Amino acid sequence: MHELSITEHLLKDCIREAEAKNASKIRVIRLCIGALRGIVPDCIQIYLDMLAEGTIAEGARIESETLPVKVRCLNCGREGEITPHHLECPHCKSLRLKLLSGKEFYIKSLDIDIKEKETERTQEANIYGNKSTTSGHGME
Amino acid sequence: MEIKVLHQVMEWNEDVSEQVKEILAAHQICMINLMGSPGAGKTSLISALIGRLKKDFRIGVIEGDIAGQVDAERIAGLGIPTVQLNTDGACHIEAMSIRHILPEFPLDDLDVIFVENIGNLVCPAEFLIGESLRITLLSIPEGDDKVEKYPLMFTDTDCLVLNKYDMLPYFDFDEAKVRANYETVNPDAPLFRVSSRTGDEMDALSDYLAGQIRRAKEGNPAKEESAGDDTDATGKEMR
Repeated sequence: MHELSITEHLLKDCIREAEAKNASKIRVIRLCIGALRGIVPDCIQIYLDMLAEGTIAEGARIESETLPVKVRCLNCGREGEITPHHLECPHCKSLRLKLLSGKEFYIKSLDIDIKEKETERTQEANIYGNKSTTSGHGME
Repeated sequence: MEIKVLHQVMEWNEDVSEQVKEILAAHQICMINLMGSPGAGKTSLISALIGRLKKDFRIGVIEGDIAGQVDAERIAGLGIPTVQLNTDGACHIEAMSIRHILPEFPLDDLDVIFVENIGNLVCPAEFLIGESLRITLLSIPEGDDKVEKYPLMFTDTDCLVLNKYDMLPYFDFDEAKVRANYETVNPDAPLFRVSSRTGDEMDALSDYLAGQIRRAKEGNPAKEESAGDDTDATGKEMR
């Protein structure tokens, strides 16, 4: 249920990121979700379908990747992956573990269409592109 | 084309949570976020703690509920400043709601604010609300499988309280299993076994909380070091 307010903000963030790249459409939103979190991607999809109507994200698809729970064993010192429902060291079965990851929740990437109309804008984008190539802004 | 984003989804809530923390720190108030299932005994536990803490501390309560104000009336009846926070159907409290509600309290005249979160083991764990301390309440009749089924509620907490401990003989509740699971996901956090009805072990819990409230007054963040480590090891490094 908490996915509704999360999706509202997620949508806002995605539109902001996409518009900064001059997007006309968001096709895919890729999320990474740690296995310990109670976030259901299907719920996000349902709410997104509702909320994104009339925006550039209308019809966007949620693709989510579940990130594993990684632990370091406080007994044997080794690291490993476990499932949230079987909480013990995969090497020595100890129950004393330090959680290294599994609680992430972030937007990894977006698939977008770029506006392709007036040449001015393209040129402008190129100028900015040239300026910022050194700083590496992640555009391909 | 694909663009990389790497944006923390919960940042909107966590930014406000930090603002709430700053407001509370300026007034040296400790805020305790009490989470647990419907019927776990959150309101009764708060009443029992008020009875033990009110001679030493000035207490306020935020009563989170989907609707109604039965709980708020019960706490206000104890002579404690209480504000009802109705979420109108939402299953959790967000930091923004707390920020809106804080001005309703005489902040200069409070040492601690208890927040009774919405009865739910899933959603409240996802939302920081600017609290100094998180308590997860699990009552014996709910069963011993809850740590495995709702891991975030038990990893993202500072203290587990087993309530209705006087009911243990009547239920097949494997306490050793809960303890082992909890210590696994949260190795350094304390665990209390109480009955707010009989008062058993309530002094140990209220002494622990008194220590946390005093730390907030001295300007030390009440969170344990381990909680900070966790944060570093997870979300933040991805940015």
